Amino acid sequence: MKKSSLTLKLINAPYMIWAVLFIIAPLIMVIYYAFTDRSGAFTLDNIKALSSYGAIFGRSAWYALLATVICLFLAYPLAYIMAKSRASTQRTIMMLIMLPMWMNFLIRTYSWITILSNTGLINSLLKAVGLPTAQLINTPGAVILGMVYNFLPYMVLPIYSVMSKLDKSLVEAAQDLGAGKLQVLRKVIMPLSMPGVISGITMVFVPSVSTFYISQKLGGGKFLLIGDSIEMQFQSAYNYNLGASLSLVLMLLIIVCMLIMNRFADNEEGAMII
Amino acid sequence: MENKAVIIDLKNISISFDDQPILKDVSLEIHDGEFVTLLGPSGCGKTTTLRIIAGFLSPDSGDVIFEGKKINGVPAHKRQVNTIFQRYALFPNLNVADNIAFGLKLQKKSKSEIKKIVEEMLSLVNLKGFEKRNVSSLSGGQQQRVAIARALAVKPRVLLLDEPLGALDLKLRKDMQSELKAIQQRLGITFIYVTHDQEEALSMSDTIVVMDSGVIQQIGSPTDIYNEPQNAFVADFIGESNIVDGVMLSDYNVEFQGIRCRCVDKGFGLNEPVDVVVRPEDIDMVPPGEGMLSGDVTSVTFKGVHYEIIVDIKGFKWMIQTTEKAEVGDRIGISIKPDEIQIMKKSKYSGLYGDYSSFSEEFDELSDPNAELTDEDEVSEMGE
Repeated sequence: MKKSSLTLKLINAPYMIWAVLFIIAPLIMVIYYAFTDRSGAFTLDNIKALSSYGAIFGRSAWYALLATVICLFLAYPLAYIMAKSRASTQRTIMMLIMLPMWMNFLIRTYSWITILSNTGLINSLLKAVGLPTAQLINTPGAVILGMVYNFLPYMVLPIYSVMSKLDKSLVEAAQDLGAGKLQVLRKVIMPLSMPGVISGITMVFVPSVSTFYISQKLGGGKFLLIGDSIEMQFQSAYNYNLGASLSLVLMLLIIVCMLIMNRFADNEEGAMII
Repeated sequence: MENKAVIIDLKNISISFDDQPILKDVSLEIHDGEFVTLLGPSGCGKTTTLRIIAGFLSPDSGDVIFEGKKINGVPAHKRQVNTIFQRYALFPNLNVADNIAFGLKLQKKSKSEIKKIVEEMLSLVNLKGFEKRNVSSLSGGQQQRVAIARALAVKPRVLLLDEPLGALDLKLRKDMQSELKAIQQRLGITFIYVTHDQEEALSMSDTIVVMDSGVIQQIGSPTDIYNEPQNAFVADFIGESNIVDGVMLSDYNVEFQGIRCRCVDKGFGLNEPVDVVVRPEDIDMVPPGEGMLSGDVTSVTFKGVHYEIIVDIKGFKWMIQTTEKAEVGDRIGISIKPDEIQIMKKSKYSGLYGDYSSFSEEFDELSDPNAELTDEDEVSEMGE
C-alpha cells in the first residue's frame, strides 16, 4: 500500500509542479501587481482606476454573450443532425468542423480581413454585379462574426458528444408513449443534452469575453474589448499594475459567470468545467 | 383463447438488415387478452418481430394488422401498443412520478387526473411513496416496476415486453414473473413477451411462439409445445430431449435403435424416416435385459430432485432423469411407455440435437479451432 501511494505521488509530481509554476505562481503575481504601484508599495489606485473601464467591460460581456448565443443556435441543430446521421457522415462533418482548427488562429482571423475589407472579396463581388458596397470590416458585426467563426467548434463538439451518446431507447420510449418528432426533441433530447450545451456555452463565452486579437483585426481598434485593454497596459503602456487589476476583474467576472452556469447544471452530470 | 377476437395479425412479414434476412414470411395471430411469448435463441428474430409490432421497424414485405386495420405505416407514437424496454429506458432527468406521467402529459390529461393515474399505477406495481425519487437511485427491480407503470399508465391495448427480466437476479426474476402474470390477468390486456428463457415462457404464457432463424417453428400452449414438439429444434430448445433417428413402420408402430415399439402417433408415410423424441423424465431405469434397450452408464450427476444419468446405447447417449441412483460403468436397461414417445417429421434440424455427448453445440465448438461463428451469433449483433 505504502509503495503504491509513493508511486502515485511520483506520478502526480509533474502535474503538481506544473500547477504551482504555471497556475498558482502567476495568479499570485497578478494579485500582487494589482495591489501595488510601480515602486512595489501597497495601493488601491489600480482598483479605483477600473471605474473608467465599465463601458469596455460591458461591451466585452455583451459581444461575448451575442457570440455565444449565435454559436448555440448554429451548433445545436448541426450537432443534432450529426448525431442522427450515419457513422460515415458523422466522421465527414466532424472532419470539416475540425479542419479550420488545423490552421493558426491568427491566420484564420486575418483571412477574414481579405473577405470583409472595403476592397475585399464580398465588396468586389457586390461591385461586379452592380450593387452598392457595404461597410463590413471594422464593425461590431465583424468582431462578433470573428468570435463565432473561431469558437463555433467548441460549441458543436460538447453538444455532439452528449447527443451521440444519448441512449436511443429513450427516444423510442418517448415515441412509444405518444411523443411525435418535435415532442421527442423538446421533452427528451433537449433536457438530456443540457450538459453539453452548458459545456459549450462556457467554452465559447470564456475565450470570447477575453479575446483581444479578433477585435483589433476585425474591429479596426474602434471597439476596444477588455482583452485589448489588458494587452495595451502590458504591451504599450507598460503599466503592469493596472493590467493586473484588469485581469483580476476579468477573472472574477468569468468565475461568477461559470458559477451561474454550474447552478443551471446542478443536476446534470459532466458539465462542470471549473 | 381461440374464442377471443384477433387483435394483432401479422401476415407474411419479411425483413432483412444489410441483405441478411431476419424474418422470413412470419405469420402470427394474437388474440385479445392473451399472454403470448416469443421464444427463441438470440438472433432468431423475436425482438425484431416485437419492434415491428411497436412501429419502430417497418417490414420489407407483409402486413401488420391491428383490429382489422392495416397499420404498416403508422408510427410508434400513434399505435395503441406500448413497450417495456430491455434496459427499462427510464428518463434520467425525471423522477418516478414524472416518468409515469410522461405519456399522460402528452395526452393532455388534467393535472388531477394525471395524479390519480400515477398513484393508481404506483400501487399496481407496489411502489407507493416513491413518487419523488430519482430513477437512478432505484434498484434494477424498482426501475423495472417504474417502466411497467409508465407503459401501463397510458392504457395500451397491447403491452410488448422485450426480455424485461433479463437483468434481474434469479429469485427476483421468479417473483416478477408471477407479478407480471398477475398484472396481466387483472388488467386483461394482451401481453407479447420476448424471452430466450424457456422456463419463463412455460410458466407465464397462454401461447408460446417458438422461433429460430427468422422462422416460426411452432405455435402452441406450453403443454403442447413441451409434450408435442414439432421438430428437433423445438424439442431441444424447450426442456431436455433425447432425439433419436427412427422409421415409422406404420401407424402406431415405430422402429429406433434396432427395436420396434408401439407409439400413439399416426399419419406418417409407410417406412417414413422420423425423429423420435423421449423426454429424460419419461424413461424408466430397469435391470439390464428387462427393458427395451440396455447400455452402459457414462455419467451420473446429482441434481437435487433427481439424478441425471447419461447412458450409452449403441453409440447414442441417452439422458435419463430418475430418483434412483446408478454408478458410472453400471449396465442398465431402459423402458419407455408408448405414450411417452413423440414422433416428429424430419426437418433441417434433424441430427443436430438430442444426443447427450455434450449439452450444447457451442461447447463442442469451443474446443474446435476450425469452428466458425454460427449465423445466430452474427445476426444477434445486428438484429437484436
